Amino acid sequence: MLRFILKKLLYLVPTMIGITLVAFGFIRLLPGDPVLLMAGERGVSPERYAQIAAQLGYDKPVWQQYLHYLGNLLQGDLGNSLVTKKPVLTEFLALFPATVELALVAIIIATVIGVPVGVIAAIKRGSWFDQVSMTAALVGFSMPIFWWGLLLIILFSGVLGWTPVSGRISLMYFFPQVTGFMLIDSLISGQKGAFASALSHLILPSIVLATIPLAVIARQTRSAMLEVMGEDYVRTARAKGLSTRRVIGVHALRNAMIPVITTIGLQVGVLMAGAILTETIFSWPGIGKWMIDSISRRDYPVVQSGLLLIAAIVMIVNLIVDLTYGLINPRIRHK
Amino acid sequence: MSLFSTRMLAASAFALMAAAPLHAKTFVYCSEGSPEGFDAAPYTAGTTFDASGHAVYNRLVQFKPGTTEIEPALAESWDVSEDGLEYTFHLRQGVRFHSNDKFTPSRDFNADDVIFTFERQASADHPWHEYIPGITYEYYSSMEMDKLIKSIEKVDDHTVKFTLNQPEAPFLANVAMPFVSIVSKEYADALDAAGTREDLNNAPIGTGPFKFVAYQKDAVIRYQKNADYWGEAPKIDDLVFAITPDASVRLQKLKAGECHLMPYPAPADLDEIRADPNLKLDEQPGLNVGYLAYNTTVAPFDNPQVRKALNMAMDKPALIDAVYQGNAEVAKNPIPPTMWSYNDAIEDDKYDPEAAKAMLEEAGVKDLTMEVWAMPVQRPYMPNARRTAEMIQSDFAKVGVKVEIVSYEWGEYLKKSMEEGRKGAVILGWTGDNGDPDNFLSVLLSCAAATPGGANRAFWCNQEFSDLLAKAKATSDHDERVKLYEEAQVIFKREAPWATLAHSTQYVPMAKNVTGFVQSPLGDYVFDTVDLTE
Repeated sequence: MLRFILKKLLYLVPTMIGITLVAFGFIRLLPGDPVLLMAGERGVSPERYAQIAAQLGYDKPVWQQYLHYLGNLLQGDLGNSLVTKKPVLTEFLALFPATVELALVAIIIATVIGVPVGVIAAIKRGSWFDQVSMTAALVGFSMPIFWWGLLLIILFSGVLGWTPVSGRISLMYFFPQVTGFMLIDSLISGQKGAFASALSHLILPSIVLATIPLAVIARQTRSAMLEVMGEDYVRTARAKGLSTRRVIGVHALRNAMIPVITTIGLQVGVLMAGAILTETIFSWPGIGKWMIDSISRRDYPVVQSGLLLIAAIVMIVNLIVDLTYGLINPRIRHK
Repeated sequence: MSLFSTRMLAASAFALMAAAPLHAKTFVYCSEGSPEGFDAAPYTAGTTFDASGHAVYNRLVQFKPGTTEIEPALAESWDVSEDGLEYTFHLRQGVRFHSNDKFTPSRDFNADDVIFTFERQASADHPWHEYIPGITYEYYSSMEMDKLIKSIEKVDDHTVKFTLNQPEAPFLANVAMPFVSIVSKEYADALDAAGTREDLNNAPIGTGPFKFVAYQKDAVIRYQKNADYWGEAPKIDDLVFAITPDASVRLQKLKAGECHLMPYPAPADLDEIRADPNLKLDEQPGLNVGYLAYNTTVAPFDNPQVRKALNMAMDKPALIDAVYQGNAEVAKNPIPPTMWSYNDAIEDDKYDPEAAKAMLEEAGVKDLTMEVWAMPVQRPYMPNARRTAEMIQSDFAKVGVKVEIVSYEWGEYLKKSMEEGRKGAVILGWTGDNGDPDNFLSVLLSCAAATPGGANRAFWCNQEFSDLLAKAKATSDHDERVKLYEEAQVIFKREAPWATLAHSTQYVPMAKNVTGFVQSPLGDYVFDTVDLTE
């Protein structure tokens, strides 16, 4: 098992190097550069431009800049933002808990609803439930997130007044950040009503962020279940006279979960992408919004190191997912 | 700032809040973006200035609320020498800097703070010049303060003398701008000793109406009223910026009572805001201009008659309706009507496609095809450049001129539009920095700006015009300046390097119970005077 993990971790190294190359290259391939964007309509004289470029090291050939960046990375230096001048890692750590909190709640919603819906749809194949839920899943999958988020805000926050419009907690509450997770920090603060406020602020953004993964998980669960239900061992289990509940719950579901878990693991990437829009709509101070702002300002250090950190997290989550297969199906337990 | 010190700051800020009784009046502003930092000097975004310069700091002089007139601030008065080269500022006495848990000022504001504020930006050798790696002072250099100021001298603790290299009338307006917000030298020294120099940017200490309490990145900024404020103390107890980047969401928050005031509403939402009984909408002409700049160095646009003819082919009122939804006025001059020296006697080119066609023929222009560049971003002065370009396209088609619309990514657009020999005319605009006409005319239309890296995108160099500007800059006689700028506008109109399109209106939606908010023509959001009624 340990060897398996080490091997997997070793595989991460070339992938990470590839990501530095891609992230470093892509942001520079985009037209426009940070100095010009900072100067805006006013413009910047060639002398001043040269001065700033030299200060930032952008006057050197790109390969030298890349090697310099890699060298700094190896020393644990992710660089400083061109805009705020603060270390990328500091900014990332300040914002990351907000994204994790939102993504965790979203994936829980998506799984807790998606898996049972998929199972029921598979068992009652062709029924109205199957048709309605799978149509809803298709709609959910193709939902433009920005529009969906605004629609929910206007309906639930605007017209009905049930949920707050945006932010992480009511501005009435003010307490020190301990873990960065608002649900936990609000409990620690001991302030009355703080937890409820944090929770109510999570509802809409997590529903919006959960929409696409929910649709994917429901559909994947349904098709995996359908496939498994036709297998010989399920027929055998039925022939043995086991109750339907046991056949589905133990024999079918357990086997159907492998591709579903893979899907859930892959949703981490989708969540990170979805976070970009969701966070922007709900003024959620996380890394999605941070990346978008940084790309539009051509904040090279933030984009290249931010992408690297996000990629590392996605890969680690997928590694963990790989490891959980063994728990569900002993046949793929790693030696 | 390390994560640890961020937490410490938040924790101590909390202690501060917990010790104080619950405040009655908290004013929440749904700001449109995050500040880049809290030291105003190295940054250029208005969002940063609202959160730092305007809330926490003061300058030597300031803009009288709602105007671009200069009034005393940390300098109670000033004298200008006969030759316009020496400015002596007499500083206000008894002004306290804020304190926080790590710093309590031992002395009042004095001349050392003023000198520190300017010198750290001016001199690359100053120990505080690059106190954060990679920091630069873009406003200081782009306003050419480095070339302008020869020396700064402490006459005594309460008197500072600036000597300039040449007389410069807009100097006072420059020192009212946020980038020269007065910072405390004593605080800087304390940070130096503690080894936390970056806190100058993270935990600002100023003399302004509000004390900085805490900032949670991309989410919330908290301030507390400065009870010792030298001016009239704020009427609200706490000021909160709730950072909300999306305009529709800001409006929803305003409607839900989650904030009291918001900037930059979406033009399409204005009618809804007007109809809402719980909201009110403040409007004011903006200090801006949207324009189409021809390349006056390339034929046939080097001929003023051709440019004039094209301007006459443009149906501007229709453009204002379609692009600005009527929330703007037709521009006839390069400076907006709220700016002093605006020449209202000038008549705009009349919309007359027939006459325009005849003029083009007379100039020997036939079957002309030209590019019109549409900027890819929205600005208050130009909400939809693509639509503007399309309207120009259809207007020009009526006089036989074929228009191709081109667009680039914003950074490319800014760069390529300043490349010599550029084909086509570019849509762009400007919002004033300090209310001085020189800040429009010299920056955008002088010969000096028609060089690489300048902002004269018409590449228009008219010596007569530039000489007038230089003369106006060198005299401190206000009436004389007005006359010179009025004259310059006549030349501009005659030569038509641009088609002036529109001056857009600024809207500020707020809750009904907000009183005392004064819109700044410069687009600043300042809350010293706001109050909430029951």
